[in-house]
Amino acid sequence: MKQSKLDLAGLPAKAAGEIDDRLQVSSPLRRLLNKVFPDHWSFLLGEIALYSFIVLLLTGTFLTLWFDPSSNEVTYHGPYTPLQGIPMSRAYESALQLSFEVRGGLIMRQMHHWAALLFMAAIVVHMLRVFFTGAFRKPRELNWIIGVLLFWLGFVEGFAGYSLPDDALSGTGLRIASAIMLSIPVIGSWVTTSLFGGEFPGHEILGRLYIAHVLLVPAILLGLIAAHMGLLVKQKHTQWPGPGRSNDNVVGIRMFPGFAAKAGGFFMIVFGVIALLGGLFQINPIWLFGPYEAAVVSAASQPDWYVMFLDGSTRLMPPWEARFPLWPGHHYTLPPLFWPTVVLPGVLTMLPLFYPFIEARKFKSKASHHLLQRPRDVPTRTALGAMALAFYIVLLISGGNDVIADKFDISLNAMTWAGRVGLLVLPPLAYWITYRACLGLQQHDREVLAHGVETGIIKRLPNGAFVEVHQPLAPVDEHGHPAALPYAGWVVPKKMNRVGALVPTIKGFFFPIEEPAKPAYPSEAPVSPAPTREGITSGKQ
Amino acid sequence: MTFDDSAGAAGPPRAARRGRLFAGPVRRSRLQRRLFAGVRLLLALVVVGGIYTAFAPGSQAEDTPKLSEAAQLGKRLYDQSCATCHGPNAQGVKDRAPSLIGVGSADVEFQVETGRMPAARPQQAQVERKQPLFTVEQAQQMGAYIQELGGGPQLPAGTNLREGGDIAKGGQLFRVNCASCHAFSTNGGALSSGKYAPSLKPATDREIYAAMLSGPQNMPVFGDNQITPQEKRDIIAYIQYQKGDQDPGGFGLGRYGPVPEALVIFLVGMVSIMFVTLWIAGKS
Repeated sequence: MKQSKLDLAGLPAKAAGEIDDRLQVSSPLRRLLNKVFPDHWSFLLGEIALYSFIVLLLTGTFLTLWFDPSSNEVTYHGPYTPLQGIPMSRAYESALQLSFEVRGGLIMRQMHHWAALLFMAAIVVHMLRVFFTGAFRKPRELNWIIGVLLFWLGFVEGFAGYSLPDDALSGTGLRIASAIMLSIPVIGSWVTTSLFGGEFPGHEILGRLYIAHVLLVPAILLGLIAAHMGLLVKQKHTQWPGPGRSNDNVVGIRMFPGFAAKAGGFFMIVFGVIALLGGLFQINPIWLFGPYEAAVVSAASQPDWYVMFLDGSTRLMPPWEARFPLWPGHHYTLPPLFWPTVVLPGVLTMLPLFYPFIEARKFKSKASHHLLQRPRDVPTRTALGAMALAFYIVLLISGGNDVIADKFDISLNAMTWAGRVGLLVLPPLAYWITYRACLGLQQHDREVLAHGVETGIIKRLPNGAFVEVHQPLAPVDEHGHPAALPYAGWVVPKKMNRVGALVPTIKGFFFPIEEPAKPAYPSEAPVSPAPTREGITSGKQ
Repeated sequence: MTFDDSAGAAGPPRAARRGRLFAGPVRRSRLQRRLFAGVRLLLALVVVGGIYTAFAPGSQAEDTPKLSEAAQLGKRLYDQSCATCHGPNAQGVKDRAPSLIGVGSADVEFQVETGRMPAARPQQAQVERKQPLFTVEQAQQMGAYIQELGGGPQLPAGTNLREGGDIAKGGQLFRVNCASCHAFSTNGGALSSGKYAPSLKPATDREIYAAMLSGPQNMPVFGDNQITPQEKRDIIAYIQYQKGDQDPGGFGLGRYGPVPEALVIFLVGMVSIMFVTLWIAGKS
């Protein structure tokens, strides 16, 4: 029997058909591949976090192959001379082996750490975008809540990873964490001893942190990320207002091929940036810190940046110890550490979680919102955001205030007091300035809509006064007054080249996407040569 | 004199004078008389002067040994550049500068060789390292002077004080004793009220050794009974090794810990990726 000829061109279609016969995936897949994503640079910020998470999973898996979270004491006999013969934990020794003996181990460690910092940075920047554009409003409150939880889980995950190598810096961090837990009233000592399996540091904590770091927290993170993106697909992406865009549609590019190509490329670029950071910038040089000993606390011991704001709040907190008398001769002491490290993070978790509902109540808004708002159009929210940001940045800077004080020759006490005063003064100031700036920008938008774009042409009136000529954006009536234009919630053209009156701005990032059309200006119009004139001479030749 | 002369002129006869040994002046010539009188006076002066010198305490009392040649040169420099604040005999001046009696040559050499002394602005929180005004030799001469004046800790000889030091042992000691102020990186760190632990980057072996011995500024003294001379060599060996050690992970960011890392992730990482988003996605 003659075998039928293999039809190479028809193979993919035939294979897909066979798969669909069995799994019935074509219609859901078609739906997914045809999903439309609006296109704006600010919508890619969350993707940075997603891609860093993928890099974290990849590099982290590599690290688990060599890292040993054991607190057994060993003596170092590796290639790093300044630690030769020094007793240390097996965890620290394996982290050193990863750095100096495993091929590619150091760059993997550094990429893992940089990716963690980038993950948290992207989460925060993405969160700011969502907040300032009102993307968290109904129906997306749940996704906002998941986002807030993702930040705090990332925080815990990062701290656990920071504590694992058992160098002097991570041990100092753990010691502070245990002190924070001890400061919780009534249950503090029980929480600490059960977590550490006795007194700090004990032999249990590294193993527990390890399983939390490589399994527990990443699994929850992964689940929440899946829920975050599932909700995004279900609820569809928000979009900026604009021509053809409404609260009931989504205008953008389809997932396949356009969006997938862009996202795939973007993933590669994020991966590349992390690899460059890991290869070019040294991070967390554990060999310089030495093994953890309770007596070793180096100057400039800081947590990673996303924990630094809590370090700052601790540094700024005045030493106010609260004492409650229980019965004669006895009292209960509440250490000052409790306020900046337990109460403050609690408030900072609860406030954002409930913010969408608080705002909806304040604005009396029950509708679903799929169109984004420009920050200037909601001055109260934008100003609140600026206020929160100012508060956070003061805490963040205070977290590194000893390094700043030392390197810029400032008194550390002055830095602390500046932080204390700044924490109270700067947020309200930021609120006020932002609020006024928003109103000013709104007013300018309205002004351009009413009177037109400034042309830069100054006209002198017969009475001697000077006025600037404006180019109206709408047609004018018989009196020369432009028709009223409503504000559409989107960018108002404010320059002549944006309305096509001048040479258009060149589009494209590195080189022009298209050659701009040659303008037909009188100055460039072909000029007929001047008629030749007879030469005038004196008559005397 | 005048009496002698007049007595001689109106004296008794010659024989009578001879009978008593000291009864009367022997008749001598005018020249002899004058000569003897001079000798007597001279003798008297010598006796009186001798008694005086024997009993009176001399201005050049020899209860301390004489200054060595180096110390004499050092004293000259001291009188010129240090005495204004520290007093003419290094006893200190109230509200201006402390006494230098007993600080030892190690302290003087540290302060002068690092340019901290003479202090340009003694009112500031801490005297800082600057271009030294004196050569190493001059600093040692001043050190010798202060040493001979009041004693105190001294540096061992030689400029290589890391020889025979165990780097690993030194690292352990450094992390326990030094890192809390000078930081794990030896880069220094902030103390309270504008004071600071300086970076150890420019410090020589002798300076580190002297600092441990003398405890300059806010630094505690690490005497030989706390950290033995061998341990001091270990620590110096570690510090100097770390300075020369390359950063295996790329640009070390000054080894300042997580603070510059936070700057890098935003200024390098986030900024470069944001440019990419602007490049690949719509802008308005």
